[in-house]
Amino acid sequence: MNFRLIGVNHNSAPVEVRERLAIPESKLPDALQRFVAHPGVAEGVILSTCNRVELLARTQNGAADLRSFLHSYFHLDPAELEPHLYDYSENDAVRHLFRVTSSLDSMVIGEAQILGQVKEAYATARAVGAVHSQLDLLLTRAFAVAKRVRTETAVGSSAVSVASVAVELAKKIFGSLQGKHVYLVGAGKMSELAARHLQAHGAASIFVANRTYDRAQQLAAKFNGEAIHFSEIYNTCDRADIVITSTGAPVAIFKRAHGEMFLSRRKNRPMFFIDIAVPRDVDPEMNKLDGIFVYDIDDLQQAVTAHVTDRKKEASRAEDIINVEVERFQARLQALEVVPTIVSLQDHIETIRQAEIDRVRGRLGFLSPEQELAIEALTRGIVNKILHTPISALKTAARDSEATTVVDVVRRLFNLREGKPAKSGREPGERE
Amino acid sequence: MPILWLRVALGCYGVGLLYALVALTRTSDLLGRIALHAAYLGMVFHLVSLAEAMQLSGQIALTSVHNAESVLAFLIMVIFLIIYMVYKTTSPGIVVFPLVFLLTLVAVAGQQPFLRMPPGVRKGWLIAHVALIFTGYAALFVSFGASLLYLIQEHTLKSKKSSGILSRLPALEVIDDIGYRSLLLGFPFMTLGLIAGTIVAQVTFGRINFLDPKILLSVLMWIVYMVMVYTRWTAGWRGRRAAYLAAGVFAAALIAWSANYFSAIHRFVQS
Repeated sequence: MNFRLIGVNHNSAPVEVRERLAIPESKLPDALQRFVAHPGVAEGVILSTCNRVELLARTQNGAADLRSFLHSYFHLDPAELEPHLYDYSENDAVRHLFRVTSSLDSMVIGEAQILGQVKEAYATARAVGAVHSQLDLLLTRAFAVAKRVRTETAVGSSAVSVASVAVELAKKIFGSLQGKHVYLVGAGKMSELAARHLQAHGAASIFVANRTYDRAQQLAAKFNGEAIHFSEIYNTCDRADIVITSTGAPVAIFKRAHGEMFLSRRKNRPMFFIDIAVPRDVDPEMNKLDGIFVYDIDDLQQAVTAHVTDRKKEASRAEDIINVEVERFQARLQALEVVPTIVSLQDHIETIRQAEIDRVRGRLGFLSPEQELAIEALTRGIVNKILHTPISALKTAARDSEATTVVDVVRRLFNLREGKPAKSGREPGERE
Repeated sequence: MPILWLRVALGCYGVGLLYALVALTRTSDLLGRIALHAAYLGMVFHLVSLAEAMQLSGQIALTSVHNAESVLAFLIMVIFLIIYMVYKTTSPGIVVFPLVFLLTLVAVAGQQPFLRMPPGVRKGWLIAHVALIFTGYAALFVSFGASLLYLIQEHTLKSKKSSGILSRLPALEVIDDIGYRSLLLGFPFMTLGLIAGTIVAQVTFGRINFLDPKILLSVLMWIVYMVMVYTRWTAGWRGRRAAYLAAGVFAAALIAWSANYFSAIHRFVQS
């Protein structure tokens, strides 16, 4: 296989180290070219995101000093980098790549961005020709594994930030957010973020009410929304389906009576209050009203925690999938290594057989068709019987880790040339 | 033969029932899809069964209570399918499949010989009466089912346990919409059905005995139904209150149905 992977990520290295290793997109093609030009590197991919920098290579005969490439490319002191570096080879490198692509190695497990980033890294590497044979197989496989993990486990399916939980809940209540109105009471950073999320999911208009009207206007301008005087909130709030409160008021500003008022004005259409203020802006009694749903910051936080726990549970299932896939990939590569040897072995022996028949045939004189056939059958029989053991040994080796050794021995014993044989349409073991 | 097709249909609905039971504990997209196809298949066999029964008896196969249940089950499935086509959700199946399975099971278990309708009954009006009323019943039941789902979903949201059981129910407003629309759909059918029934009664008996329990209860049910539609329409009642109302109308419909067993003028033909 000869896969090697070294790198740093958010666990192994602080941001001060990661930022010095990061390679901007524009410089990536150049870095890749230098990487594959490095002695011993046959193919290479470089993944550089804000949370990780990783070099993946297929080396020639396992010998390549990837560290020295890192040091020379970034002009870094080896001692400085060493404690943060991880270094995987063969199956461990494959496993690590599968884990990264499936977002199990991410800071937020299951986040969807990383797959796209690996795909980009792969595309760039392909474009400059840094990836062509086995690494190509490996990365394509990694994408398939990531997809399998995503569909067979729920590792990426739940919302794990307060804003995305808010969106998820809003969708549980309203279905589509298309045409829904959002009302911000208090113009804090958090509520701005939540509103931005809601708007990205289709929410129609945003109203902003704040104690200082200027601030309300500023924020409303950002969303193309409407600023509202704070004194008007009770008269206008029922226009909104989703209300996000984040004022610094010492007592609740929305009480049960207000809720009842809103509901009767809205003909009981449901309302969703997201209260991210501490102390709370919305009286919890409101949640008891038919059609009003109140979530405070703790409720949202709890949902986030629950989802994170869910993801961790799912992640362990994902690890099982990855273990299976690593083994499967190994088996596939080994089979690929063994097949050319079997084919050239068969070709080699067949050539000898034909040559021997041609040499002796002249001396045998006239033979009846039956006799001709008998000679064919006899020589073929001998050849097949002799080849049977080495071929089955090769096939068995394909399933173990000793494939390379056995392939090597067989090649030497039969004096088969290195490299791939001429393309043959035959399957190994099949005789014409 | 009709009973054989009905048994096959029952088997198909059984898959749906399984889906309903499993959906209570966990969610499975695959099972939902299988249940949907089983439902399609079940409906085809069901229709064949109904058509054959009708052909055999030479009249609409409603003269025995079991055939009537079979027709009702079929109509409920039709409405379930309409909802699926509009809203792309199989969730009402959680409520619909058990009832349809039960109705079909009773129909399969208790087949009776086909009976002639009493002479003097105008067949056309009778068929119209039964078909309209039954469609009304089916819509009403689906609306009731949607109310139940609404309560479950509302409870989940209020208790703030978003993950776990039934986490893939449709959004609250979608369920509400399903309930409201099937309620609206059922009302004209029920009304026209009652009018057709009145005409049948008038033609058959000359005059109508308003004190007959069947007629009394039917009128009562219709009034409750109308009140329900009205409050939803004007006050936008939904959630718990709407669910109680829907349950009320449903109960009224059940009572009106049960009057078949003790009404003097409106009962299934006895063997």
